[in-house]
Amino acid sequence: MTTRRKALQLFGGTAALLGLPGLAFAAPGNPRAGERRLVFIFLRGGMDGLSAVPPYGDPEYAARRGALAVPSPGSAGGALDLDSHFGLNPNLGEMHRLFAARELVVLHAVASPYRERSHFDAQNLIENGTARPFGREVGWLNVALGAAGGRVAAGTQAFALGQSVPLVLRGPAQVGSWSPTRLPVPDADLLERLAALYRGDALLDRSFTVAREAQAMMEGRDAGGGMDGATLPVVELARAAGEILGKPNGPHVAALDFGGWDTHISQQGEYSQLTRNLRLLDRSVATLRTALGAAWRHTAVLIVTEFGRAVAPNGSGGTDHGTAGAAFVAGGAVRGGRVIADWPGLGPRALHEGRDLRPTLDLRALFKAALVAQLGLGEAVLETEVFPDSRTVRPLDGLFA
Amino acid sequence: MSIESVIAVNRFGLGATPGELAAAGADPRGWLARQVGATAPASPAFGRLATSGEALKAYPRWIASLGKVRGGAGDSAQTAPRTVEGTFREQLGPIMLEEVTARLAAAASTPAPFRERLVWFWSNHFTVSAEKALVFALVGSFEREAIRPHVGGYFADMLLAATRHPAMILYLDNHLSVRKGWQAQGLRGSRSTAFPPPTGLNENLAREILELHTLGVNGGYTQADVTEFARVITGWTVRPTMFDLEPASPGFVFDPTRHEPGPRTLLGVTWPQEGVGQGEAVLRDIAVRPATAQHVATKVARHFIADEPPPAAVARIAHAFRDSGGHLPTVYAALLDCPEAWKQPLAKLKTPVEYVVSCMRALPAVRAAQPQALYATLRGMGQRPFFAPSPQGWPDTAQAWAGGDALWKRIEWAGIVAARVGSTADPQRLAAASYGAATSEGTRRALERAESREQALALWLASPEFQRR
Repeated sequence: MTTRRKALQLFGGTAALLGLPGLAFAAPGNPRAGERRLVFIFLRGGMDGLSAVPPYGDPEYAARRGALAVPSPGSAGGALDLDSHFGLNPNLGEMHRLFAARELVVLHAVASPYRERSHFDAQNLIENGTARPFGREVGWLNVALGAAGGRVAAGTQAFALGQSVPLVLRGPAQVGSWSPTRLPVPDADLLERLAALYRGDALLDRSFTVAREAQAMMEGRDAGGGMDGATLPVVELARAAGEILGKPNGPHVAALDFGGWDTHISQQGEYSQLTRNLRLLDRSVATLRTALGAAWRHTAVLIVTEFGRAVAPNGSGGTDHGTAGAAFVAGGAVRGGRVIADWPGLGPRALHEGRDLRPTLDLRALFKAALVAQLGLGEAVLETEVFPDSRTVRPLDGLFA
Repeated sequence: MSIESVIAVNRFGLGATPGELAAAGADPRGWLARQVGATAPASPAFGRLATSGEALKAYPRWIASLGKVRGGAGDSAQTAPRTVEGTFREQLGPIMLEEVTARLAAAASTPAPFRERLVWFWSNHFTVSAEKALVFALVGSFEREAIRPHVGGYFADMLLAATRHPAMILYLDNHLSVRKGWQAQGLRGSRSTAFPPPTGLNENLAREILELHTLGVNGGYTQADVTEFARVITGWTVRPTMFDLEPASPGFVFDPTRHEPGPRTLLGVTWPQEGVGQGEAVLRDIAVRPATAQHVATKVARHFIADEPPPAAVARIAHAFRDSGGHLPTVYAALLDCPEAWKQPLAKLKTPVEYVVSCMRALPAVRAAQPQALYATLRGMGQRPFFAPSPQGWPDTAQAWAGGDALWKRIEWAGIVAARVGSTADPQRLAAASYGAATSEGTRRALERAESREQALALWLASPEFQRR
């Protein structure tokens, strides 16, 4: 905090010296539209919400979760307390600090409108913004950028970090993508000739345009450790997302995929996939925050998954596909330090189909609130274009300052 | 050369080798049909590779070596730090590199590229992924043992072979799915706290068989069917486990002690069989259901005709599947009979593996590239061989592969290949001898006007035509 205050003082002083109006530096709560940033992190595979955000205060939790229950705060390996009812998994220490700094909202018992248990349909539906897995071939985040129209600058306003563009970002609005490379840059003359060659090819012409923009933006950047087996690509991608969005006139939106959450076996323990993933998520969020620099103040990071997992452990120390789960919104733009959950309970009669956490909040309410706050969209366009036929799902109140 | 021969060698095949377009030219459909008989000789590239039985022994050996690592107080500064991941890479990594090398070499030189493409197609349909460490050493043997023998046979046989293969059992956790009340006996693993013995069902494999391998997600099954099917295939497991240090005959095993006995009712049928026969009967039944025919036909048409498969083609292929009881050569013949398949050249964007292999086929000099370099290239392009991101396999539409970064990586690769082999290549002839009349005027002119052979080659490899099939 000291550094930020110093920076503010320095800036204020210089501004005064130059006779610039003090408003040139907007207050944190009131950024100019071009300063707001939105990051979408998709945890593919179905994050176990009851492990990531244990409802340790629920009297049924310990019994119904058995060996997979995260102990209450204060016990060995216990949860990090949030509000005396919910805790965070002990591997989410950085996120717990963000919560304490009021830069993280934790949501529970959330789900998309999907009620089956296929990963792939569930992911499609969350990304395309409709209530059907193959409702359309474009993603809501892309449609939202189009709908923001004049409120965002022209050109590439969204980036996918990774080699491919996830469905949530596909569509008419121009989207860049970037991942580390170790190969030499192709020579400029070849690139000019290719530009001409692609001009008659709509698909490649667009890809080439955004590829060159991305390369220009990331010029001189070290490839990082991202391509080596021993290092951690998702953390590298989070860093790159922060660097791209943190630029003064950088794009507004970034999306990154983080797979491997389908924990059907051995969730518990130091070497489990779930433990590893939670730590990587924790580091990714912290890395993103650092890389964004000053832009963090105006950023919202949505962290969601396609569904939660069954309440009872399966026969292999893991969990099978479920329904409702947990989600997070991090960033300086959120009114953090709160858990938002209309908790349905874990008693036998409270469960969805007798096995899963019952959804009490539609993920689209969270997405809508983020688009209102970060891209300035109105409800009319949200409930028709961005999330078709979603009038009954209102933007979640009070999530953002 | 006719457009049909361009489609035959590029879309149905893996990209023209020198002379291949001419060879297919007279009778492209016949050229394809001759490649998909009941059997085919194995590629010499696969000669020395490990069987799944041998690969399964690599795990206990690795586990045994970990004891030495953890107790390794003698590790000194001059040896590299020995971590769990490090020893895994060291001991099992070579298996993967050999597998990838052999697979690329076989594809780069096969005279039956349609058959090889079908192998890839079915491997992707029945995805097992080395993303899961337990399966890492088995993915290559899966393709050789469960897929290749059945590409010219029946879908039901391939489904059974894939489901019983150790790679599939381990990838989708069926070795950990047991009847209620089962007690582990005499397994060393039972004492491990990190890997406690299973205590009940794990429905992962049962669900993915129904959703991905057979009926399809809208194929009319329920959660109750999934759970019941999971009970049917309890006991379908693998020996050794990771902790059996002296395995006898490793591989698939049906363990009756793990199996939930008794008749089961699912998908509207009661299955009275006992033991392994019950699961086999269910698989043979669902393998030939109309929903399976529709699901498979849609995927075949998407792969070989267009991202948005024409409904008439899907119907024709599904019909052939149903009428023949899933006889795959009959299915392929129906595909080749679809007029839609022969209309539009360049209808599909190549995936990274398709792209790199087509470069290797077009330019024999590229086949000599270091396997590590090819592996790193494909990884950078987002398609590390054998590492599909999920049980759904690699995506099969242009949207998934056409992003800016994906294109940029291809251009980088085209530049490198051109720098290495461009001085000896004749790009204009190469274009004519692989895409013939499907090469646009603009691309032809760009090749003519290039400032050097190298640049012309880079332009051709990065051209809109060569990136498609």
